[in-house]
Amino acid sequence: MDLQVILLTLVSTTLVYSAPLIFTAIGGAFSEHSGIVNVGLEGIMVMGAFAGSVFNLTFGHQLGNWTPWVGLLAGGVVGVLFSLIHAVATINWRTDHIISGTVLNLMAPALGVYLTRLLYDGRGQTAILQHPLSTMTIPVLSKIPLIGPIFFTKTSLVAYLGIIISIYCAWVLTHTRFGLRLRSVGEHPEAADSVGISVYKYRYMGVMLSGFLGGIGGAVMAESITLNFSVTTIVGQGFMALAAMVFGKWHPVGAMGAAVFFGFAQSLSIVGAYIPFIKSMPDVIFSIAPYLITIIVLVAFVGKSAAPAADGSTFVKAK
Amino acid sequence: MRISKTWIRSIWIPIIAVFLGLLVGAIIMLLSGFNPIQNYSNMFIGAVGTPNAIGEVLRTATPLILTGCGFAIANSAGFFNIGVAGQALLGWAGGVAFALWFPNLPRIIMLPGALIAGVICGAVWSGIAGFLRAFFGTSEVITTIMLNYVALYGTNAFVKGVLAKGDNDYSPTVPVAARLRTPFLERLTQNSTFHYGLFIAIIAAIFLWWLMKKTTLGFEIRAVGMNPDGARYAGMSDKKTIILSMLISGAFCGLGGAVDGLGNYENIIVNDAMPSIGYDGMSVSLLAGGSAIGIIFAAVLFGLLKIGGLNISIMSNTPSEIVDIVIAAVIFFVGAQYIIRYALNTSARRQAAKNAAQVAATTVATAGVDSGPGDGAPDQPRADAIPPRQRGQKQPPVEQAPDHHDDDDGEAK
Amino acid sequence: MADYTTIVRRGRVIRTVRTADESAEDLATMMVGRAINFALDKAPYHDGPAILQIEHLDVVDHNKVHRVRDFNLTVHAGEIVGLAGVDGNGQSELVKALTGLMPVTGGKVLIGGKDTTHSKPRQVIEAGVGHIPEDRQRFGLIMPMSEIDNMSMMQYYRPPLAHHGVRDAKAAAEMTARLNKEFDVRIADMHNSAGSMSGGNQQKLIIAREMSRDPQLMIAMNPTRGLDVGAIEFIHQQILNARASGHAVLLISYELDEIRQLADRIAVIHAGHLVATEDAENLTEQQIGLMMAGSGQTDKEATTNAD
Repeated sequence: MDLQVILLTLVSTTLVYSAPLIFTAIGGAFSEHSGIVNVGLEGIMVMGAFAGSVFNLTFGHQLGNWTPWVGLLAGGVVGVLFSLIHAVATINWRTDHIISGTVLNLMAPALGVYLTRLLYDGRGQTAILQHPLSTMTIPVLSKIPLIGPIFFTKTSLVAYLGIIISIYCAWVLTHTRFGLRLRSVGEHPEAADSVGISVYKYRYMGVMLSGFLGGIGGAVMAESITLNFSVTTIVGQGFMALAAMVFGKWHPVGAMGAAVFFGFAQSLSIVGAYIPFIKSMPDVIFSIAPYLITIIVLVAFVGKSAAPAADGSTFVKAK
Repeated sequence: MRISKTWIRSIWIPIIAVFLGLLVGAIIMLLSGFNPIQNYSNMFIGAVGTPNAIGEVLRTATPLILTGCGFAIANSAGFFNIGVAGQALLGWAGGVAFALWFPNLPRIIMLPGALIAGVICGAVWSGIAGFLRAFFGTSEVITTIMLNYVALYGTNAFVKGVLAKGDNDYSPTVPVAARLRTPFLERLTQNSTFHYGLFIAIIAAIFLWWLMKKTTLGFEIRAVGMNPDGARYAGMSDKKTIILSMLISGAFCGLGGAVDGLGNYENIIVNDAMPSIGYDGMSVSLLAGGSAIGIIFAAVLFGLLKIGGLNISIMSNTPSEIVDIVIAAVIFFVGAQYIIRYALNTSARRQAAKNAAQVAATTVATAGVDSGPGDGAPDQPRADAIPPRQRGQKQPPVEQAPDHHDDDDGEAK
Repeated sequence: MADYTTIVRRGRVIRTVRTADESAEDLATMMVGRAINFALDKAPYHDGPAILQIEHLDVVDHNKVHRVRDFNLTVHAGEIVGLAGVDGNGQSELVKALTGLMPVTGGKVLIGGKDTTHSKPRQVIEAGVGHIPEDRQRFGLIMPMSEIDNMSMMQYYRPPLAHHGVRDAKAAAEMTARLNKEFDVRIADMHNSAGSMSGGNQQKLIIAREMSRDPQLMIAMNPTRGLDVGAIEFIHQQILNARASGHAVLLISYELDEIRQLADRIAVIHAGHLVATEDAENLTEQQIGLMMAGSGQTDKEATTNAD
């Protein structure tokens, strides 16, 4: 296999696998910047994957090529609704954030499979999606000499979309009033409250954004990688996105970069068969590599001081 | 600080949470067009209707007692050990591997040996996360989750590559000497998979209770969990406590995996998902508020739900996942217990509001003496002297001792 | 500020009086039920060997800010050294460094002749140091735990409270009952949580715990903060008792009155430096105040300013 094809496959697979993580990690960053720890990203992704799959199967006829893209929105909307469970529990009912997130992770697969059985005649997984998010070649950019064929041919458009969104979200967090207020609520809610910022409102927005983006991430997973929904559609990607967010020090672009890195680690296990040195390593190394790398990176590069100061705290408005 | 240890009178919280969880399940069933009453009674029959069922319920509860204890001890120290599942997997692999590699040992050495192997594997796996947290400050939430997946793929590779014969996805069955099931128990429970592991689990739970209540180590673990600053001031080493508590936590989880492996499965298989005894054990511990006796009861409850739940999908069209939905809802309400307490306290607050209207509204400054012997004395309620508004503010997030007479909220004493 | 004052004691209304008609002393007497001794009973000063020796101490915190600079102080057995200063001038860091809760970046600390500069908190405790912390609820107690557990917090790991790692509940209860009586700690049931106790009783618990260990050095930081008159009197008397028994006491307080009442010698800290040490009777309030504010004088006799 010649070098260009190898590189193309590597880049393309990396982007395909990192796309779900990118969206979800950005969502996680919004939630945590508002002060709500969200380990339930895994559960949100499951619901997003479910919603995206069901939408894709149901409306595939009517919407044709637009189906997967609208399906992403469907995943996002369902993600928002599902995340409200976490929001109400942590913001209004003083639940410990990690317990509430774990509830999301417990509830989502059960609820998703339950609904799948209801909709599809008792079967535990959906049929194969007929309108997936396939790889595509970007018209103009793929003609650029050298990098065009590698980066913009037969690649994941949605991943590039995710990268652009991460840059936009970083800008929102640092350069808009909304972003500033959101972050203030996560750094020092009492101070924000004292200047009239509604802590409850901004925390709800933070969680709902994580629901929206996480839901999209899950839908991306279902529509581009697994091509259906079952209990094994999301296995750890939500946690990986959480780790990417921490790795990226809660910055959307950093989280995106970390997500791409994890996607790369995952792609190695697929493309590795073609790369001379790597193909002789046992498969299990590739399966566990992303997780081990995450741990090593966390230990070596990330300290506890990087998180928003009031992340994980319960804010009770003083009367 | 996560959920604190609760007094017996707060047994109402878990009971109400279970009730609300079942209610949520019932609502979902109704919305889906199923009959909740019929389903729940099928579930009950399926759980206790026959000796076989009871055997299966107790068998299901057995590893949950152990993983629940494992989660609880880390929780007492202030950690979220989400790595329960991975540590259980390691214990399972360790126990089965020991039995397969030393097949000719007599039972009296084989059984403890295999169990200890499982304990050590689980402890080491958890200890990694504890070590990283103690020395590098790395959040154990993420490291334990990552280690879960490493454990999953690692043990799968180990089973398929090392233990299994040929191309099988499972290891050979362990020798008879290592099995926790016996013909006697099988006859007793109509051929269920009930095994002696239950007694091991109960003994382990009693050990946990003794450790936390009666030893200096248990004292240190609880102190570090409740107030790390105060614990350091008192000279306790938080590094040592963190690592020890994670080691013991992993030991319990590893034992849970080993017991399940030697009693229920009698081999080890390639898992395509994280074994449920991990998250179920966590849920059991949360439901029980971390108390050893509560964990035993909660584990049995989970057994009832899961085994009974199988009957739901046999006797009707309702998917059996409804039971997992109920469980998730129960944990939700356990976590949101503030709202349950709030609802229970509303009647007490209405009473306090009435008193507020009676206290004179003139600008009267009251001087109170703190150090008089009337503090908390049963026959001198402070309600008269202090404006009731302070009562509401004084609601502490942490469980108070039962003499706190402000909390006349209908909770059982 | 109030026009009328209603005195409540032990849950019952005693009397309502016009505030202007009563003196502070009379109000206090009515509140506590007995005459408060505002002038304390202080035994004459006997100087003993140096117990605490701080030499050129430097403490830098984790934000790289220099909190304590070139600090020198000696406290002898049987004396109270009061360290006066405005909040935030290094007192917290000094105490944390002395008790092993914060690393020392330069200099030396000797307790009873032993070098404890880099000792861990438990080693400092075992060297015979009692510590009444500035934030009793955060550092001095574990609020959800029982009063017995809190009373045992320092000694829980050694006989008689524990043998080979197993705690002796009866011994702990006996000790707690005895100390409650000796130090007037009031609680309805020893098994109730420390959080259920009033501030004054919480502080008395801490003092009972620290004093009962018979420490050669007692470090007390803001020991009467937030407490009522009766508790303040009691605690001041305890500090004087420690002094009378021959212990060394380092009293750090933001209340100048407290220091002037209790201390044999007064030291002033400003911006992490020791500004002056002087016998208490040789310093006027105005002089101390000036030094606290930073119009510094070095460790020599303070020049007398016009009062």
